[in-house]
Amino acid sequence: MAGRTVTRADLCEAVYQRVGLSRTESAALVESVLSEICDCLERGETVKLSSFGSFVVREKGERIGRNPKTGVEVPIEPRRVMVFKPSNVLKARINGESAADGED
Amino acid sequence: MIKSELVMRIAEQNPHLYQRDVENIVGAILETIADALARGDRVELRGFGAFSVKRRDARMGRNPRTGETVAVAEKAIPVFKTGKEMRNRLNRDGVGEDDADDDAGEPGGVAPLAAAR
Repeated sequence: MAGRTVTRADLCEAVYQRVGLSRTESAALVESVLSEICDCLERGETVKLSSFGSFVVREKGERIGRNPKTGVEVPIEPRRVMVFKPSNVLKARINGESAADGED
Repeated sequence: MIKSELVMRIAEQNPHLYQRDVENIVGAILETIADALARGDRVELRGFGAFSVKRRDARMGRNPRTGETVAVAEKAIPVFKTGKEMRNRLNRDGVGEDDADDDAGEPGGVAPLAAAR
């Protein structure tokens, strides 16, 4: 099952196939879509992409961590992390179900 | 921001494209990612992050309302790991931007943004 890795090049190819644009322009548009999403998240905004999922920025407070190798306690600074919440449609698709029956 | 707003912004930056084209572009990107995950493939987008699929074994769950046990079948779930560059961008104003020992505590996990870039 461990398949291949899909990259930007594949996304560009998909855009190229579907929309009648040049390869160069397809690549540029994939880039602007991704950077628009990144910019939004950087501002702390949630990005919701229906039937795909949403990206949410969470503020983590400071906590005491531990170096797993040495056991030394180290403070973990407050920071922002981003989490992806897959939509029910995406989850169903990955499990080979139809989109309608999202949750059990 | 929702999908239609994303489409609008991209359309504004590209006045030579129809909104319909931009919808197709965004759709093609998301569908390509979803298709890959449905096949069990990984999706790696440098500077953003990586999507992959993890198997969850079948387990005995519990209906939280009634307390009765129910069998939960094996399933696959999509997971996303934020890329290094994105992680740094989220904390740009903050302190300690050295990511030298950033990945130290991640045993054998996915390292989407390994060396390149």
